[in-house]
Amino acid sequence: MVTSEHSVASKDVPSPGAGPLTPLTHRVVRRVQETSDVATLFLEPLVGDRLVFRPGQFNMLSAFGVGEVAISVSSAPGEGGPLRHTVRDVGAVSHALVRCEVGDVIGVRGPFGTDWQVTSDVEGGTSDTRDVVVVAGGIGLAPLRGALYEFVAAARGGGRVFILVGGRNPDQIIFHDDLAAWERDGATVMLSVDQSTPQWRGRVGLVTTMLGDAGFDPRNSRALLCGPEIMMRFTARALVDMGVDPAAILVSLERNMQCGIGWCGHCQLGPLIICRDGPVVPYGGVVERLLAERER
Amino acid sequence: MTFAESFVVDVDGLDALVQVLIQRGYETKGPTVHDGAVVPGPITGVREFPRGVRDEQAPGRYRLGKGDERLFAWAVGPGSWKADFFPANQVEWRAHTSEGALSFAEVGTASTPLAIIGARPCELAAIEVFDRVLGEGAHPDPRYVTRRDTCFMVVVECAVPAGTCFCSSMGTGPDVKSGFDIALSELSDADGHRFLARAGSSHGADVLAAIPHALASELDLRARLESLEHAEASMGRHLETEGLAELLARNIEHPRWSDVAERCLSCANCTMVCPTCFCSDVLDISELSGALERRRVWSSCFDLDHSYLHGGAVRSSTSSRYRQWMTHKLSTWWDQFDTSGCVGCGRCVTWCPVSIDITEEVEAIVRTDGAARVTVPTSRSDS
Repeated sequence: MVTSEHSVASKDVPSPGAGPLTPLTHRVVRRVQETSDVATLFLEPLVGDRLVFRPGQFNMLSAFGVGEVAISVSSAPGEGGPLRHTVRDVGAVSHALVRCEVGDVIGVRGPFGTDWQVTSDVEGGTSDTRDVVVVAGGIGLAPLRGALYEFVAAARGGGRVFILVGGRNPDQIIFHDDLAAWERDGATVMLSVDQSTPQWRGRVGLVTTMLGDAGFDPRNSRALLCGPEIMMRFTARALVDMGVDPAAILVSLERNMQCGIGWCGHCQLGPLIICRDGPVVPYGGVVERLLAERER
Repeated sequence: MTFAESFVVDVDGLDALVQVLIQRGYETKGPTVHDGAVVPGPITGVREFPRGVRDEQAPGRYRLGKGDERLFAWAVGPGSWKADFFPANQVEWRAHTSEGALSFAEVGTASTPLAIIGARPCELAAIEVFDRVLGEGAHPDPRYVTRRDTCFMVVVECAVPAGTCFCSSMGTGPDVKSGFDIALSELSDADGHRFLARAGSSHGADVLAAIPHALASELDLRARLESLEHAEASMGRHLETEGLAELLARNIEHPRWSDVAERCLSCANCTMVCPTCFCSDVLDISELSGALERRRVWSSCFDLDHSYLHGGAVRSSTSSRYRQWMTHKLSTWWDQFDTSGCVGCGRCVTWCPVSIDITEEVEAIVRTDGAARVTVPTSRSDS
């Protein structure tokens, strides 16, 4: 890891005409430990402006000397401040990222991929009056955070937002402050864990068990799902069974990504190149079939 | 000189073509015999072409033998031109850390443009497939684009297809219609050993004008067509492409995938010799000196690591990996890039150590379209 207490001068700037695989150096300006193995890094570019992104998009983050991984942006365009990425320690690179300290320099390339399609609603007023149902599993709440920020703000004008969060255990649930703030701002927030602890006073069970009690109108809803693939598959099926239009369900897919720009071929899922066609894709149609096929 | 005109160039004229391209500053490469195979290599004159060489190809078999006076009486070997546009191992950037600060150095592209003399039509078709993958879209690979844009392409039409060739099924050969600077057809008959030459670009016309040439006769033109007809009739393999993409898309659970997995070694030979396989690993390499570099290295969907996600590989079985490779080539490539990923060059058939033949695998699924794999319930059942 590059610890750069020393002044990082203009020599940090990639040369003009830097290739698409060259990251922009960013400094960790704040770090929040979300759970035992999840941390949020707040990043500021060493040179130039903050990256402009849409909620749901991802960046390739480099832990210099270790490697690069795809991590969704967890800040909201509207909140300003540093770029946030919430990282779970699951491998060599994510381990190095989670262990970053304030002052460390990492690389950022992006943003890449598709988004949750919220900006048009927000900017065009609340023309879309459907209920917004957000279902997140564990760290799956991170890529949704920016969209929720925008949806909850837009709902002040009258829409309804339902936030259903599941985790393996209470320790896996992130963004407690945000969840409390969104609830204060009128959103319905429900939490459930697979395994409870003595302190847990919430629900126990899979996220799908909350769908029926949430109170959204299935025939007039749009849904955003992010979490383990099996959780998204069963949640999407349950929503469709309740009457939600499969085309109104968005899921955020994950595969091995090494370039983020459609070159490396690793993130293919059938006809999809997820870094290019995703990560956010409509569930209805081809994705419904892909998620039902056995890949192993 | 117009693009529609054909000219006759003799063997000395072909040598002159190489010399003109060298004089104009090109790095000249073409087919050469190396280690018992016809592979891309440096060309400084006509003497380096595989003159008098024939090849014998069958599933899992490649041998060179003695041929006649012709220079191009063979089909493609294991090396393809993709390595010249998309190197097997390339440095993307280098960086150095000193006193905590990081400085990047971009790695540029060699400034010498490449002239390829003797690509086959299926190889040009493969490069055109690559153009859609790395040369177009929202993020074109700048070094690929530079290499490709500055390349001078001389294609030699095929007269002697191999036993594993099926370019005529894929519409990529044995003739070539566009995409070249100069197209050649080698003729060897009572009228002598000569090349029919056509320009496909103003650049090609300019080079052709600079070498000894004569206007082609009706007989020359007819000889070319007869040679192509003969080549088309002697393709060793055939692949029915009508409805093929849909056939594979609806047979994801076909028992043939398990059958081929019993034979497939998951060795990745097919993907290494394939002229359109584009997968790469992006690797960061650090040295004790503090130097870092990022490399892009060819990889294969047959590697277990290819689909690695935290927790394990998504495609953990050979059957799922073979299925990924073949359905990508023949079906989902259309969804992704609006073209087939297979050009019918037959390399994957020839260079498979256990003789798996993509045309035979397709045929097996055609014969039993809709058959379902028997699934054994496992403890990982997700219902």
